[in-house]
Formats: sequence, structure tokens, C-alpha cells
Amino acid sequence: MAAIGSAAPAGAKARWGLVDIAVVIYALVPVLWIVSLSFKTKETLTDGNFIPRSWTWQNYVDIFNTNEFIRALVNSIGIALIATVIAVVLGTMAAYAIARLDFPGKQVLVGVSLLIAMFPQVSLVSPLFEMERGLGLFDTWPGLILPYITFALPLAIYTLSAFFREIPWELEKAAKMDGATPAQAFRRVIAPLAAPGVFTTAILVFIFCWNDFLFAISLTSTESSRTVPAALSFFTGSSQFEDPTGTVCAAAVVITIPIILFVLFFQRRIVAGLTSGAVKG
Amino acid sequence: MAEIVLDKVTKRYPDGALAVSDVDIEIADGEFVILVGPSGCGKSTTLNMIAGLEDISDGELRIDGKRVNEKAPKDRDIAMVFQSYALYPHMSVRENMAFPLRLAKMDDATVQRKVDDAARILDLTQHLDRKPANLSGGQRQRVAMGRAIVRSPKAFLMDEPLSNLDAKLRVQMRTSVSKLQKQLGTTTVYVTHDQTEAMTLGDRVVVMRGGLVQQIGSPQFLYEQPANLFVAGFIGSPSMNFLPATLENGGLATPLGSFPLSDRVRMLVESANAPREVIMGIRPENFEDAHVLDPSAQSGGGTFTATVDVLESMGSDKFAYFTIEGETATSAELDELAADAGANELTASGPQIVTRLSAASLAKPGEDLDVWFDADKIQLFDPADGRNLTYAG
Repeated sequence: MAAIGSAAPAGAKARWGLVDIAVVIYALVPVLWIVSLSFKTKETLTDGNFIPRSWTWQNYVDIFNTNEFIRALVNSIGIALIATVIAVVLGTMAAYAIARLDFPGKQVLVGVSLLIAMFPQVSLVSPLFEMERGLGLFDTWPGLILPYITFALPLAIYTLSAFFREIPWELEKAAKMDGATPAQAFRRVIAPLAAPGVFTTAILVFIFCWNDFLFAISLTSTESSRTVPAALSFFTGSSQFEDPTGTVCAAAVVITIPIILFVLFFQRRIVAGLTSGAVKG
Repeated sequence: MAEIVLDKVTKRYPDGALAVSDVDIEIADGEFVILVGPSGCGKSTTLNMIAGLEDISDGELRIDGKRVNEKAPKDRDIAMVFQSYALYPHMSVRENMAFPLRLAKMDDATVQRKVDDAARILDLTQHLDRKPANLSGGQRQRVAMGRAIVRSPKAFLMDEPLSNLDAKLRVQMRTSVSKLQKQLGTTTVYVTHDQTEAMTLGDRVVVMRGGLVQQIGSPQFLYEQPANLFVAGFIGSPSMNFLPATLENGGLATPLGSFPLSDRVRMLVESANAPREVIMGIRPENFEDAHVLDPSAQSGGGTFTATVDVLESMGSDKFAYFTIEGETATSAELDELAADAGANELTASGPQIVTRLSAASLAKPGEDLDVWFDADKIQLFDPADGRNLTYAG
């Protein structure tokens, strides 16, 4: 019995391990393939080998030598950061109000933000295009930042209000009794406890803005505001007939790195159970 | 240090529900007052109104003679201990206790000295650098107390501060809270649903029910002279026994038998204009095993015989439970008390009574016992409105 008892979990573990490996491989193969292509020389690009036969950094050198890519990278970072900061600040305030206050129209606010989150973005592209051209926002940073905030806010509000609800009401009452103004209570008690939630939300919103292709391609026309995902589609080789696959892959790898860094950097902050010990339990 | 006066304080919610109505309490400087009642009686709402965490719909709250209805909690200079302790989890014990002082912009040396003093009083000195998550329930409770006492406020408000502790610790902490309050001499308002805490801690106890103050008085006074059926049933453990009774020919007919009223009781009942049908209340300690008592000591009382259902020997005395044949006393107050105590209806065969007998009693479960009770100690209540017909106070 004992032998069977100990063998069965080991077998189950091995099976789960195999399933895990299969899932990870399935998810990573396309990514690794892109990495592999980005290191291949132009001649071996189509040889079908997963591991490049001849390695080269040339693709990376090329993209950083073109103004096109650097400019797009600057646009991407700027637009995504500004949109993230604004969306998270507004979202924090709205989520706090939704979680803590009772005000007329609260249900409407929640409903509308859900509606926006569910609205198909494709259907808005043409009207937005016309409106932004009329308003002079077309092909500018604000022209992208505004729609990003619109679609990131519901995400931010939903994530953050869940976090605020987790923070015990009594902590705020305690802060008030200890002599804090509402602003002090928020800044010194609520905000530090909500920090993991704010960082999580910031990452989600940043990834959303960073990855967007639809608005980036439709609402920009020059490199003054074109972000990397859109710029990639305009990549050409040194001549019009040259295949830009290598440089596109190199650029794709480069723009994935900030996301990975972002997640790794903030992962430490996303610690569950920060509120443990505040109240009983 | 301050006196707190509640003058017809009322809390009405926007949906019209009346949580607290016309509460008049005068709390003297340095007094320890307990608000007690079943859940939903408005005691916590009353405390929150004193704290400033809830608005006062009507009436006036005065601290040190000044109206504070419109003042924010931070301007009232009172500290509160919460049931959940509400410690700031991201701060160490030292920072938790220093928080009110930092908000008051005190200099570092003063903060350090005050926190160290409070920590010494509460025996927290070796825990000052730990986070609340790493403390035991009792330690967290002490940190919460520390945060309250550290800035020497005008008054302490405590919202069931001991109800999250286990039974043994609760008794210990009860003693230390009482000592601490005497030592500091700070006006304290303490909310609890536990009548034992109310009886043992308070200088005065305020019994509340359904948003109304039922009676205010010292614990002993509430015990001996409850103003109505609700207070009588709520105060005391085990609680008072209630039986239906009929007043006739200067005597009382009860399921325990008929007996004449004592002169004291008769005079009170006559002046109270009592109805014929009443509810008799009698405390467990007013019963005694008839065999233990001298026959001479048994005058002025009645005797009945019943079968002992359950016998609990506490060493110093014995609690014997009987089921009496006859009707059960009914009234709105009694139903509410039963619901609050979670009493079940399993034994509907007749009224249950609890008696506290001397340890010398030879009572045995399942055997008949002659029980004597003191007819002068009975209390009579009007079943219609619950008022105490024998209230002398």
C-alpha cells in the first residue's frame, strides 16, 4: 500500500510536468522562432532551421541605424507611459470612489465603463479618424493618448476597485480617529496598501497601450507619432524589393524587452497578503 | 479628559430607518461607561456618532460643554479602539503607535518618549519593531490600545475591543483594560454585547434595545432593580427565570404554586397599578435546596418539587435545571432576548428554570428535589409593556 501511495503522486506529478512543458513549448515556439529569425543572415533566412547556422547582429544594427525605428520607439515609450500615468491616476480616484462612497449615478458609472470595455474598437476607428482630422489631433501624440486612456480606464477602474475593496474600511476610520484628514488618510494609509494593485494595473494598462496596433496604424500617418507596432508594418529593406523579415523580427524582439523588464521589475511589488495583520484573521 | 453629554441624540438613515433615537447620556469626567445590548440595538452607531464617524441626525453632542456635532473626528481629540484593531499593516508597532503623534506634528524626541512610555505600560517594548502580521491576537489588541493612549486624548471609545480574543485572554485583558482606565483616569465609552463585560468593567452601564436606552445605572443597580423585562433578562448570567403568574387575593398564583406576596412586594405592586396577569421574574440564586435550609429560614418563601433535568456542579455551587409544568411566559421582550441568545424551541413542554443551589445540595439528575425560593426577591413585570411593577428605584 505504501509503495502505491507514494508512487501515485509521483506519477501524477510527472504527468502534470509533461503537460506544463507541452504548454510552455506551445506558447514559446513562435517567440523563439522570431528570436531565431532575427539572428539569421539574409542568406539563411529561409533555410528552415530553427537554430541559425550563421549568427549575426546585423539586423539589430540595421534597425538602430534607421531613424524610422528609433523615432517609433520614442513615440511608443512616450505615448504608453503618458497614457498609463493618466489612466492609473484617474482610475485610482474613480475606483476609490466606487469602492468606498455612495453617490448617485454610481451604478451608471460602473455600467458605462463596462460598456466601453466591451465596445468593439474597430467600429470606432473611422469616426475617430474623421474627428481627429477635424480637431487637428490626427497624427499627434494626444491623438493616440486620448483613445488609449478611454479604453484603458475601464480596465484600470475594475482592477483597482477590486483592490480597494480588499482594504478594510476600519483602517481609514482608524486613521481619521488618529487625527488624519481624508487626504492624509488616503496618502499615508490607503495608498501604501493599494500600491500592489496600482502597480498591477499600471502594468496591464502599459501593455495594452504598448501592444496596440489598430489605433496606431489608423490614427497616424508619419513618423511624428507612429508607434513601433505600426512602424514595423512600414519596414522595408535597403531596396524596395528586399525582404525586411530579419529587421522586423529584430524590432519585434526589441519591443518585447521593455514589457519583460516591466513585469520583472514590478513583480516584487505584486505581493499578495500585504494587508495581512491589519485586522483579525 | 472630558465629560461627554449626549442630548437627545438621534440617528436616522436616509431610507428612514431609525437606528438610535433620543439618547440622553451624561458621562462624567473620568467615568467608564458601557453601552450594552443585543446586536442591532444601536450601540455601535451611538459610539460612531460620538467619534464623528457617523453624522448625528438630531440632538446635540457636547464634549467639555462644547457642541461638536459638526466637528470632524480629528478635531474632537478622542481615540478609538476598533473590534478588528485596524492596525496599519505596512507600519511597525512603533510606527503604528507613533502615527497619531506624527499627524499632530510632534518632534521626534517627544514621539519617541511617548511611544516608549505607552509600550512600557502595555508591555510591548520588545515588540516595537515588529509588524502587526507577526503579532498574536492579544499583542495586536494591546497595540491598538497603545495607539489610543499614546496621545492622551480627552476620551477613549472602544468598540467591542475584546470580542476577537479567546475566552481566557479576554478575561485577562478585561482586567488590564479596567486597570489601565483607572490608572489613566480617562473618560471611556465601551461598547459590548457581552453582559459579563458590561457588569465587570463599567462604572455605569447603559442598556440599549432597538435604538432606545432602556436603563442607565451602576451594574449592581441594574441587576437588582431592572426597569423592565428586557433589562432583567439581559443582565445576569445565567439569566433571570420568567414565569407567568396571576395576582389574586394578595397572593400570587404561579406554575411553582401559590404563595402570599411579601409586604414590600405588595406595596410596590399596588402603587404600580398592576394588571391581574403578570410575569414573575426570579434570579437563579434566589432558589435553594429545601433540605439544606433550616425550616425557620424557609418562612417568607414557597416550596415546590420538580425533577432535576440537568445538574452542573461548579464546585462552589450547583446549577440545577428544571422543567415546570404549565404555561411559558410570553412577551415581545422575552422573544427578542431568546432570539439574541440563540435559544431553540426544542423544549416546548413547559417553562425551564435555572436555580443556583448550595454545594451542599444532594440534588441528582433525574430525581425529584424540593426547592425553596425567596418570595421577597421576586420581580413582577407587566406582560403588555414589560415595565417592572416592583421597581423601587
